Amino acid sequence: MSDNSDNNVAIRIDSLVKSFGSLQVLKEISTEIKRGEVVAMIGPSGSGKSTFLRCLNLLEMPTSGKIYIDGIEITNPKTDVMKMRQNVGMVFQHFHLFPHMTVLRNIMYAPMKVKQISEEKARQKASELLARVGLAEKANVYPSKLSGGQKQRVAIARALAMEPDIMLFDEPTSALDPEMVKEVLDVMKGVTESGMTMAVVTHEMGFAREVADRILFLDGGCIAEDATPDEFFTSPKSDRAKQFLEKIL
Amino acid sequence: MNLEIVEIISHYHLAEFNLDFARIAPSIPFILTGLVITLKFTLISAFFGFLWGTILSLFKISSLKPLYWFGLAYTSVFRGTPLLVQLSLIYFATPQLTGYNISGFEAGVITFSLNSGAYISEVIRAGILAIDKGQTEAAMSLGVTYRPMMIDVILPQAIKNILPALVNESIALLKDSALVSTIGAQDLLRRAQIVGAEKYVYFEPLLMVAVIYYLMVMILTVSSTILENRLRRSS
Repeated sequence: MSDNSDNNVAIRIDSLVKSFGSLQVLKEISTEIKRGEVVAMIGPSGSGKSTFLRCLNLLEMPTSGKIYIDGIEITNPKTDVMKMRQNVGMVFQHFHLFPHMTVLRNIMYAPMKVKQISEEKARQKASELLARVGLAEKANVYPSKLSGGQKQRVAIARALAMEPDIMLFDEPTSALDPEMVKEVLDVMKGVTESGMTMAVVTHEMGFAREVADRILFLDGGCIAEDATPDEFFTSPKSDRAKQFLEKIL
Repeated sequence: MNLEIVEIISHYHLAEFNLDFARIAPSIPFILTGLVITLKFTLISAFFGFLWGTILSLFKISSLKPLYWFGLAYTSVFRGTPLLVQLSLIYFATPQLTGYNISGFEAGVITFSLNSGAYISEVIRAGILAIDKGQTEAAMSLGVTYRPMMIDVILPQAIKNILPALVNESIALLKDSALVSTIGAQDLLRRAQIVGAEKYVYFEPLLMVAVIYYLMVMILTVSSTILENRLRRSS
């Protein structure tokens, strides 16, 4: 099963290629994400960063290349993808809460259905998580009654309820009104403190700089720069990163 | 001579134009019993049609080609031939093929379930496709497998959206159920015809069942509107 001996590596990506028809979106990306590492993926739109993230839990099927999670090659057709996904939580730009379930039910659903946890335990766990994201009083409310920021915090709690080792965030604050961005970033910061391995596609440069251990700058389907936040924001090496930072900062 | 004919005709007309429900009063309970049969028939067919339609709709969005093609071909055949032909085929051909002497009621329920399944599957398919792809992705990202995802996440949302269309299907089914009168099931229409034939008055019993059909359709329409409003409020 395992052909990756390094125990410190949570995700290893080996020559990942993703094409949509004739359009090659990811061009032979190879990198590693260590356990407990918080990686911010930034780059211009169309650079392939979201596609890259979505390949990590196989919401997009790579065209070629290999991805290993905890040493297991998930791109192998024999690997149980559903089992892998239980360990890799994901938070989406547009939340995707289940609109016909209450907030509490949204969080309880997967642990009960997938992990066969008892209703009582799932409820207790969900309540704890809701308290952790500061929404204990919204337990029995339907998602449509929540603000964008609240929805996203519930979505984070829903992903955490499966007790994953890895969390993927796909532009978690891009669909939010500006005054709601902070509450979501604060919750994400809280998650990093628990030692979670995180990959975050984001346009929040402040967050990337403050919270991330490492920046992956993607451009044209390649990793154009792989650096610590300090290096990246103060002295970017590639011209493309320089141009990008000039435009947004 | 001419005047005589005119007189006879006008007399005849006047006499026949005289609506008199008293003449069929003793037969009203007999006709109303047909209402039970019509309703039973509609409910059972709607139930099985819905189940079958759900399965067919999953076939039609399936990535398994044989299921996909079966769903497509099935719908094409059942929507492309007259319901009355399907009904006759099942009623008259089943004994010939299997030796089983099928009753009008059974033949009706089978035909209408199979037929409405084809229509309902299109409605449900559209309902499923209208659900944001993000719902599927969210469920998948949590490790939820296809079956519970469909049953717990996608179908409840899809069915809520297509409720008005489903009610329309039931209304069509209720009205089409009158076709079973042609194969001897004693539904509302058939009983009205029997009473007409016995008493030589057709207008009163037929008008009576038309009103009953209309009232039932109205009840369905109004209750679906109420249900729809309530669902909208909850979301």
